[in-house]
Amino acid sequence: MSQEMMIECRNVWKVFGEDPKAFLDRHGGNPSREAFIDEGYIGAVRDVSFDVHAGEILIIMGLSGSGKSTIIRCITRLNDPTAGTIIFEGSDLLAANEAEMIELRRHKMGMVFQNFGLLPHRDVLSNVAFPLEVQGVDTAARMARAKEMIDLVGLGGRENYYPRELSGGQQQRVGIARSLAVEPDVWFLDEPFSALDPLIRAEMQDEFIRLQRLLKKTIVFITHDFEEATKLADRIGIMKDGRMVQLCAPEEMVLHPADDYVAEFARNAPRDRIVSVGAVMDKTDGRSKTSKASIHVKDKIGKVAEQVLNSSTPVPVIDDEGVVVGKLSRERITTALFSETEI
Amino acid sequence: MTIAAPEIRQESWLARLFQRDSVVVHAIIVGLIGIALAVVFDWARAWPAEWVIPVKAQISAFFVWLDKQATFGLFTVKQLTRTISWLIKQPLIWSEFLLWKGAKTHQLLPVIWQAIAAVAAVIVYRSRDLKTALIVAAAILAVVAIDGLPLILQSLTKSLRIDAWMEPQALIGVSQWPADILQSMTGSNRVRAFPWIAVVLGFGIFGHWAGGWRLAIIVTLCMSYLAFTGLWRESMKTFSLVVVAVPFSAILGLVLGVWVTRSERAAKIITPLFDLMQATPHLAYLVPVVVMFGAGQVPALIATMIFAMPPMARCTILAIQTVPSDITESGRMSGCTPRQLLWKVQLPSGQKTLLLGLNQVIMQTLAMVVICSLVGAQGLGHKLLFSLQQLKLGFATMQGAAIVLMAVVLDQITQAYARRSSDYVHHDEQSFWERHAHLIVFAGVLVASIIAAYITSHASTLGRDYLLFDNRDALELDKSIKAVTFAMIDFIKPIRDFLTVYTLIPMRDFYHLIPWTVVIGVIGVVSHRMGGWKLAALNVSLLFFVILAVGNWSYSVTTFYFVTSALVICVLIGVPLGIWCARSERVARVVMLICDTLQTFPSFIYLVPAIMLFRVGELAIIFAIIPYATVPAIRFTYLGLKKVPAVTIEAATMSGATPWQRLWKVELPVAIPEIMLGINQTIMMALAMTAITALIGGQDLGQEIYRALPTSDAGRGVMAGLGIASLGIVGDRLIGSWANKRKAELGVV
Repeated sequence: MSQEMMIECRNVWKVFGEDPKAFLDRHGGNPSREAFIDEGYIGAVRDVSFDVHAGEILIIMGLSGSGKSTIIRCITRLNDPTAGTIIFEGSDLLAANEAEMIELRRHKMGMVFQNFGLLPHRDVLSNVAFPLEVQGVDTAARMARAKEMIDLVGLGGRENYYPRELSGGQQQRVGIARSLAVEPDVWFLDEPFSALDPLIRAEMQDEFIRLQRLLKKTIVFITHDFEEATKLADRIGIMKDGRMVQLCAPEEMVLHPADDYVAEFARNAPRDRIVSVGAVMDKTDGRSKTSKASIHVKDKIGKVAEQVLNSSTPVPVIDDEGVVVGKLSRERITTALFSETEI
Repeated sequence: MTIAAPEIRQESWLARLFQRDSVVVHAIIVGLIGIALAVVFDWARAWPAEWVIPVKAQISAFFVWLDKQATFGLFTVKQLTRTISWLIKQPLIWSEFLLWKGAKTHQLLPVIWQAIAAVAAVIVYRSRDLKTALIVAAAILAVVAIDGLPLILQSLTKSLRIDAWMEPQALIGVSQWPADILQSMTGSNRVRAFPWIAVVLGFGIFGHWAGGWRLAIIVTLCMSYLAFTGLWRESMKTFSLVVVAVPFSAILGLVLGVWVTRSERAAKIITPLFDLMQATPHLAYLVPVVVMFGAGQVPALIATMIFAMPPMARCTILAIQTVPSDITESGRMSGCTPRQLLWKVQLPSGQKTLLLGLNQVIMQTLAMVVICSLVGAQGLGHKLLFSLQQLKLGFATMQGAAIVLMAVVLDQITQAYARRSSDYVHHDEQSFWERHAHLIVFAGVLVASIIAAYITSHASTLGRDYLLFDNRDALELDKSIKAVTFAMIDFIKPIRDFLTVYTLIPMRDFYHLIPWTVVIGVIGVVSHRMGGWKLAALNVSLLFFVILAVGNWSYSVTTFYFVTSALVICVLIGVPLGIWCARSERVARVVMLICDTLQTFPSFIYLVPAIMLFRVGELAIIFAIIPYATVPAIRFTYLGLKKVPAVTIEAATMSGATPWQRLWKVELPVAIPEIMLGINQTIMMALAMTAITALIGGQDLGQEIYRALPTSDAGRGVMAGLGIASLGIVGDRLIGSWANKRKAELGVV
């Protein structure tokens, strides 16, 4: 993964209240929890800093009211942050005026919404073509592009349907097609599957993975569903009360949660699909190769569980070059899979 | 709540009412002080005449000054009002021509050429581009204008009252061709208005397009009534005013509404202004308009346009504010500029609410146009007013029915249209004919009826011989109504006299006995408890400066007496009916249909049955208010009970409550805020209606407005109108704010 930065957020604050800027200044830019309560201000986002790498799927999660939706709206400037800096593709996003923001949204950003945000008075085709229409792309070109997008999300043949004639899953496909119509650099998804039934949700997640393999966008994805996060994420950030509690790879989060709050989230995570062999094996220094049946250091433990559990001796673990770097015993893998304690 | 409260006491409601800091105790103390003042000082009993602030005279003088002397430097106010009149008259000329007046052929030339230019422009635009289209249209108009220059000059000099010095003629005559062709085709130099068949069937076809066969038949039958009772011309006079007023009110309302959502400062100024405007009765708009613009169709239009605008503005604000945030945000993320967001996202998404606003504008317009007969507007209202004043009840019934049917048609059609156009369903491929079937059929009907109109004039306006119900029938009806009421008078008179002498008059006298110090004091205390010093200051100053200090106290007390008398009856009828509706869906369907229908009637209509039964007098006034004002009491009670969460009712049932216990202990307490909102509405509607009942007497504020009309005494009318508005606002701020607060506490929205 390249480490080129797409978005850099530094000390971003979003405070709601009568005069949030003055409030922040009064408290030296970092008001205490008591100050918020005493003066009747709400800190939706508090001092949040993180980067989004080009080409990664960054998932921000948290419970409702944790500020996850607000931070995405700060980056898209649907809400202006109260303080902090946001760098988007190397330039200062908060310095952009309204016209520049409109240009950015027209060409660089795409967004999918929890309740789809489709225009009820337009059919599928013209909903998908809408971002192109407001840019002034001519009719033939935008219809062709919209048609292409509709086919991409598998809604071919429904071009003339209105949103209310579609199921929730289909509506969100339209939302996805619309957000991709302008070929954005960064794709924001705000709880895109939360309003859908569990079966449809799983189907849409697979669809999302398929699309991402094709398109390889930089993605900021919001969800409150930890399982969804672990299924899709390269990195996960967990927010609580407006603060970013921990931001790391899913495996790291399961193995080393920053605090009890994160641990609570991670407890019910499907460890078999998150934790890799390398994280739980007993390391060996031997640089030998083996002829025995072995497992790869990057394999998820769920994939190798059967093999390890059926073997009476610890199974050797090899790396890319085939060098043995450790071994994994039955006891080890049982603990990793079923124990709720930290490994 | 603190946990350390071991002692559990349940006080009776009576004890709670009289606790030391309860509002009741405070109100009683203030009331007693008020009475004491009244006993000691004369001025506390009745506001002394020499203390009256001469606001009325000042306002009247101001309007006279505006009319006679005021100037903006370059031009006078009088010139401005004349210009406005002239501008508003232009569309009216066309609507009158099309609907009932007809015109001479050569008067039509400008519009014919404009139409030709427009059609040519559209054709060119379809095949080429906008610029060429505009050039073509401009060229056509220029050629015609140059050709007809002498004629245009003549009509200009005529309107400037300069004698024409020559017999004008077109240069070549090209500009006159359409008129010549028309004339040679029809053999007449006049063009008639739309034939009634075309209008009736036009409504029917639109009804079919918007709401299917059922609506088409209802609409056609209602409109036919107008034609077959000989009221066609009058109806079209009324309709021609509606047609002009509605677009203006709707557009102005839309613009103001959008402005309010865009600018906080505009919201701060305009929102309270709308509150005031909606609390001010119809009649009060007429007085200043008459002073500034005189009497007739144009002043009627102006008053109507202003009166009917606020509902549209409110609906626009509501429409924009209730667009789901996902939709506005998706619009912004699609890269919309603020203007694109408004036109492509917010307004279309809120279309249903906007069309509801349009429906309200149309209904308000019709109601106001009818009332404008008081300032000389022609049409159905004028006829009805005349019949009522002459006690020709048969005619009044016939004309009243015409107004009601017109209201039903307009209401049903706009509602169906609103439903249809926000009902987004895809259609499979349709041919041109399929897509435009209704339009094509209408064009066919129009052409056929116009041809028919040149063959027989009955196709244009039905002649007397063909009427199903004419003046003779009306006279018969008149007689039978008189016979019935005469027969009934033996029953009605004792009841009327008993009610009047033993309940109404004592109540009125009692109201007049209460010193103003008590009223204002108690309202101040209650307001303070409900909404703090701000509300208390608002309510007290409204009552003091707008009513008492200008010398309108006694009129207001009479108005208040009418309203409360009617209110008691409205609540006694409305709340039980609402409860019954909530118990039985079948009853609800019927009652709600009646409520909907009653609400579409222009308020003026309610005078007809009241006068029929009670002639003039206080009981007639109260009787006229009741059907108009009971509707919200029924509706909100029903809604309030329906909004009680199902779980709450199930829990009460499972706790073993009998149906009565459930109603008293669970449903009503939860529904009471909603019911109070209904009562609040009832008060507002009763206030509006008292102003209209001025026609049948009463020493109240409405009567003051009515008396101010013929004398053009602007101050008198305006202050009386504002007085009614003030009563409404005080009531609304007290009851409405309590109800909304309580609703939030109960978590019922």
